[in-house]
Amino acid sequence: MGKLLAVVLVIIAVLSAYPIVSHMFVLPEDISTHGHAIDEQLNETMLEAGISFVGAQLVLAFFVWSFTGRKEGSPLKNFPGGAKVMVIGAFLLVGTEILALGVMGQKAWASVYFTPAKPDDIQIQAQAEQFAFYFRYPGPDGKFGALHPDKIDEGNQNYFGLDPANDVDARDDIVSGELVVPVNREVHLMMHAKDVGHSFYVRELRIQQDFVPGLDLSVHFTATKIGKYEIVCTQLCGLGHYNMKAYLNVMSQADYDKWLKDQAGQ
Amino acid sequence: MRMKYVVLAGLAMLAASAMAIAGPNPTGGTVSGKVTYEGTPAKMKPIDMSKEPSCAKMYSTPPLAETVVTGSGNSLENVVVYVSAGAPDDTAPSTAAVFTQKGCRYIPHLLVFQVNQEIKIQNEDQTSHNIHPLPKLNREWNKSQPPGTPPISEKYDKAEIFPVKCNVHPWMHGTFAVLKNSHFAVTGDGGAFSLANLPPGKYTITAWHESYGDQSQEVTISGSETKTVNFVFKAKPY
Repeated sequence: MGKLLAVVLVIIAVLSAYPIVSHMFVLPEDISTHGHAIDEQLNETMLEAGISFVGAQLVLAFFVWSFTGRKEGSPLKNFPGGAKVMVIGAFLLVGTEILALGVMGQKAWASVYFTPAKPDDIQIQAQAEQFAFYFRYPGPDGKFGALHPDKIDEGNQNYFGLDPANDVDARDDIVSGELVVPVNREVHLMMHAKDVGHSFYVRELRIQQDFVPGLDLSVHFTATKIGKYEIVCTQLCGLGHYNMKAYLNVMSQADYDKWLKDQAGQ
Repeated sequence: MRMKYVVLAGLAMLAASAMAIAGPNPTGGTVSGKVTYEGTPAKMKPIDMSKEPSCAKMYSTPPLAETVVTGSGNSLENVVVYVSAGAPDDTAPSTAAVFTQKGCRYIPHLLVFQVNQEIKIQNEDQTSHNIHPLPKLNREWNKSQPPGTPPISEKYDKAEIFPVKCNVHPWMHGTFAVLKNSHFAVTGDGGAFSLANLPPGKYTITAWHESYGDQSQEVTISGSETKTVNFVFKAKPY
């Protein structure tokens, strides 16, 4: 019976490893300048964890196979050094692995999230609300108008609470339900939540950032491929969370300039 | 000779009974007029429905917001004109007022009905809506309505005019006007309205617009004449 368990353990370990090793599930396409570092991190983590997992299962199966059916009274063999050696060994092995992943992770995460945006980036403001994302561009004057929460009037499409009657800077601000960006230009997305917690996630950009009510947060990214990608809300925000999404529209610089001009004309 | 009197008497009886059946003069007076604006109204922006592709694809060009709808001759549409004082309360009609969610918009934009009249809210879209009327005097509620579900039936027991929004789609916006009597009209293109069947008396006629507020004028009806009452609203560019 014990030997059967050992065989089953090996089978499970191999079957679990097969989909990963055969690349059955492929990551979505990477359209970001820092996506490669994140993908490397994911792959390294999977490799280290995978080797440890399969190795541990095989060692377990070996011990189950070898010592099952032991005759009563026969001498027990102890692992040389006993439990102390095993615990120290585990610490060193696992500790090194985690340290390595952390050091590599710095390149993938901190170097993107903790560095400021470049000075010539495109500034776009993002507001998350129940249950849509809205994006604001400064318009031809290059300045964002002030926000007045008491002036928010969704029926009139004033989602941000602009006051164009009194704020001259707000008159040409462009508000869009789509995040339109030019390809290969760094975008600085300044984010705030109108009501509760939300999250901005574009899997192709390898970016995910929560909107925290009360905080002004930001992410910066550079999209490298023209196309339309989904932005989904990944923080449960209420009854419409399942339906909360927007589209990231990466265009050529010429198309982006034309889009801005069309929006300004409306 | 006696025949003449018999015929006359017969005719008189017929006339009397005819009048008795018809009752007192049934038409009453009428208040009619036009609602217009002066100044420059704000330009309506197209609605961005990109977050709901099942609705966005129903339009070849995105529809405009409906907070200010103007018509020919500087007319102002979606103004509810009603008798706010001088008329007794009417019992609600038995037919329901229908409010439709279609193409991720509310049709009609302004729904006028009476106190305790049934309203039926239906969803003709492929997506769920969550209708949320925002009264201050009446009970506030919101209800989810997945596609293909039966209409929601509701009613209001206090007269009030209040906005309606959809909790799932921020751009969806409408108005419910719950009125006490049956004398009301909503202006369309041209801004014309007509309130008929008003018995003699002194009335306050109120015109209400969701962006430009409300105005009232007093009018007296003495018989079956038509009195003209016009409303002019001040439009604002922002």
